[in-house]
Amino acid sequence: MNDRKIVVIGNGMVGHHFVETLVGLGTGDHITVIGEEPRPAYDRVHLSEVFCGREPAELALATRDTYREWGVQAVFGDPVTRIERAAKTVVTASGRRFDYHKLVMATGSYPFVPPVSGADHERCLVYRTIDDLGRIKAAAKDSRTGVVVGGGLLGLECANALRNLDLETHVVEFAPGLMGVQLDEGGSRMLRRKIEALGVRVHTSKNTREIVDGSGAALAMNFADEAVLDTDMIVFSAGIRPRDQLARESELAVGERGGIVIDYKCKTSDSDIFAIGECALFGGRIYGLVAPGYRMAEVVANQLAGEPAQFQGADMSTKLKLLGVDVGSIGDAHARIEGSISYVFSDERAEVYKRIVTSGDGKTLLGAVLVGDCEDYDTLLQYFLNGIELPAEPESLIVPAAGDKPLLGAAALPMSATVCSCHNVTKGGIVEALDSGCCSLGEVKAETRASTGCGGCAAMLKNLVEDELSARGVTVDKSICEHFPHTRQELYHLARVGELKTFDDMLAKHGRGRGCDICKPAVASIMASLWNEHVLEMPHVGLQDTNDTFLANMQKDGTYSVVPRIAGGEITPDKLIVLGEVAKKYGLYTKITGGQRIDLFGARQHELPDIWRELVAAGFETGHAYGKALRTVKSCVGSTWCRYGVQDSVGMAIYIENRYKGLRAPHKIKSAVSGCTRECAEAQSKDFGVIATENGWNLYVCGNGGMKPRHADLFATDLDDETLIRYIDRFLMFYIRTADRLQRTSVWMDNLEGGLDYLREVVIEDSLGICSELEQQMASVVGTYQCEWNTTINDPEKLKRFRQFVNADGGDPEVVFVQERGQNRPARPEEKIRLVARVASAAGAK
Amino acid sequence: MNVVEKLVWQGVCLRADLVANSGVCALVAGEQVAIFYLPETEQQVFALGNRDPVGRANVMSRGIVGDLQGQLVVASPLYKEHYNLLTGQCLEDARVCLPVYPVRMDGDQVQVQAGN
Repeated sequence: MNDRKIVVIGNGMVGHHFVETLVGLGTGDHITVIGEEPRPAYDRVHLSEVFCGREPAELALATRDTYREWGVQAVFGDPVTRIERAAKTVVTASGRRFDYHKLVMATGSYPFVPPVSGADHERCLVYRTIDDLGRIKAAAKDSRTGVVVGGGLLGLECANALRNLDLETHVVEFAPGLMGVQLDEGGSRMLRRKIEALGVRVHTSKNTREIVDGSGAALAMNFADEAVLDTDMIVFSAGIRPRDQLARESELAVGERGGIVIDYKCKTSDSDIFAIGECALFGGRIYGLVAPGYRMAEVVANQLAGEPAQFQGADMSTKLKLLGVDVGSIGDAHARIEGSISYVFSDERAEVYKRIVTSGDGKTLLGAVLVGDCEDYDTLLQYFLNGIELPAEPESLIVPAAGDKPLLGAAALPMSATVCSCHNVTKGGIVEALDSGCCSLGEVKAETRASTGCGGCAAMLKNLVEDELSARGVTVDKSICEHFPHTRQELYHLARVGELKTFDDMLAKHGRGRGCDICKPAVASIMASLWNEHVLEMPHVGLQDTNDTFLANMQKDGTYSVVPRIAGGEITPDKLIVLGEVAKKYGLYTKITGGQRIDLFGARQHELPDIWRELVAAGFETGHAYGKALRTVKSCVGSTWCRYGVQDSVGMAIYIENRYKGLRAPHKIKSAVSGCTRECAEAQSKDFGVIATENGWNLYVCGNGGMKPRHADLFATDLDDETLIRYIDRFLMFYIRTADRLQRTSVWMDNLEGGLDYLREVVIEDSLGICSELEQQMASVVGTYQCEWNTTINDPEKLKRFRQFVNADGGDPEVVFVQERGQNRPARPEEKIRLVARVASAAGAK
Repeated sequence: MNVVEKLVWQGVCLRADLVANSGVCALVAGEQVAIFYLPETEQQVFALGNRDPVGRANVMSRGIVGDLQGQLVVASPLYKEHYNLLTGQCLEDARVCLPVYPVRMDGDQVQVQAGN
């Protein structure tokens, strides 16, 4: 550490990004960050998602621990009230003082509330912080109608929030159109049409004169044109204003209409003080988006690390989903540039509006507006940002009927082209990642973080990576092995469509050679998923990995472990006793698993049928711990016993486990059900997890523990039992259909183009029209379930392979155990030599 | 005079004891022998030592059989090394090799040649 002290005022998204960047550069400064809100930085952009089930905590960008680990001193809930520039000290509300060598102001902005009489009513709120959300939620409880003042980007976000709170929602806008900054008149009109169809009432050209107590509702808004609107609550979201009060009091230069004046180095009029984000005024302009704020933060951090860096303004192009409507705006959306010409496409039936603005010669893209369909956004943005010459007929870029659109090949992009704007990854950065050894889309994503933010660039990135790889002569060979020139997904499809039921059929039709230990188990698993025949039926038996062959898990000494199913982790005392007795009789080492089951180790191959006869007689079924299949559904005790539980989590876990037991899949599948939001069953670390809510169940998908832990994503909220099961049916079958061999659900989803949103479209909205097929297929697997052990112990043919020796009784004499902590464990090689020798000499002495 | 150990063909089991395209283990003169049955090959039966020299356990008969680059192989069920069914040679490590036993079908009987 050096002695330089950096103080950051403000812990919003930009302030946090600055700290993160500076820490990452390893300058060794003493960093202090002081925030006004009582909590560390969080994602304000996705604030409205809290109204559709996302927990506020999930928006967090950092925790107190994050800062502790970074060695950053963090102060929350104690805003800076004074800067003593001469002494180079800041003072907080509670009187704490912090010295600085360099000061960074990231004080952000505040919501603009028009000076209207009555706007200070307690039912008039703003929309900016997590605490604001709490107030909006509270007011919505006894409201029927809600008004948002402001029809811009933030206002419409807020309208979405009110709609999610089940309020009759109105948007009141002073200007003649919605989103006047980003959209032209035509785009604005189409947007209005679309959101009105969603039930949101839009009032434009409305100047609010006063807000008074209402008669039919809590409030009444009186407009300048004499119109009146009754409402129970009002949220102001009519733009932002920079928070520059502190700067004014400290006599730093501020703009005429607010904002701390900065130069291209983000320096204020005091060269030891920087300002970044929405409080800063650069070139007479406030940048009210998060990306330019991040760039400013990086510019300052780099300078502090001794690197030259400049802020050069930022492109304000934007693509977003407002109230479910796709909206995109690029560059000069209003065609204000002199001599520009426009091409407009409008389809009122499909409710799509597109406009591109080009230079007079039609060669350069100057701007664009997209409403209702943003598919062309990425391509248009690349034309715009990189000045790439447009095709001879520019309208072909937006007109759908014009046949195949000329695709902007990734090869046409210059190295400086930004592909992922969330993480500021350029084409050059991606090429570099490939040069340094990345060989696949997944690896490039992991290395560069490209396409891991909003995901908007996924298609562009995929094209670029594939182009670059093939340019390097790398054929992306996705064959499963030398016997099949197909991926697992393709094999699944071929088997399903061709109704192929054995490995030999598959090999004869689609493969060559005899198969191997890669393709045989993979095809066996596909057969099991599709046709659900017993894995030890004659045509399948030689295909299985040893664990599936012996319906148990091989351990290092060649013995097996046995895991009976204990659905939901619920077991009677009598059954527990049986497990104990069986373990004792066969000398098995016992251990409790993480999935709330009991694992019995050290079973010899020839003992497995005897062990299972006893277990089956006591009512146990196989637990499929040996298969790439559903393993266990963990649960907490839920509302039955727990003081906090809100649903019967054990009952649901047992139901789910019994429904999907035996389901063969590309990899193992784990699940859990928690009875309340305390999440004691750790459902968010599972392939699919269920968490009880007051109103039903929240479904999480694609999490896992293990080598690369990943939290599951919230997929759907407040589901009733039936819908929950339907979604899980579809989700699992879609996974089985499309995942790669040995691909867990998380990696599978990361590789799906469109990720979580796409998965929602397929499973919830049935965008591919396959849901009924997926459900039927699941119903067929569920309906043909058999306990593999129960069937096996009753079939002499299947028991053949359980003999250790085809020509002698007994077991492998070289399997030797020693005692440790009162139980058996495999003897180590040196112990074994001693023990086997002793046995042999004892036998010889006879 | 050198005593040449006399090798004899020993009946080990019947065809019905084998599992097609898979393996079983037999005890032949005190040694564990893995016998693989590939009915569609000319030789039909193959015999290798049952001990996995890498995993150090007697498990080779429980491996998956198949072919790689034209060689008939069995994969160890422990760590998945492949061994040539005809030569016992490990494909992944030239220093590792399994013992090979002469084996044949005599009618329905499986016979292995081993020390008497």
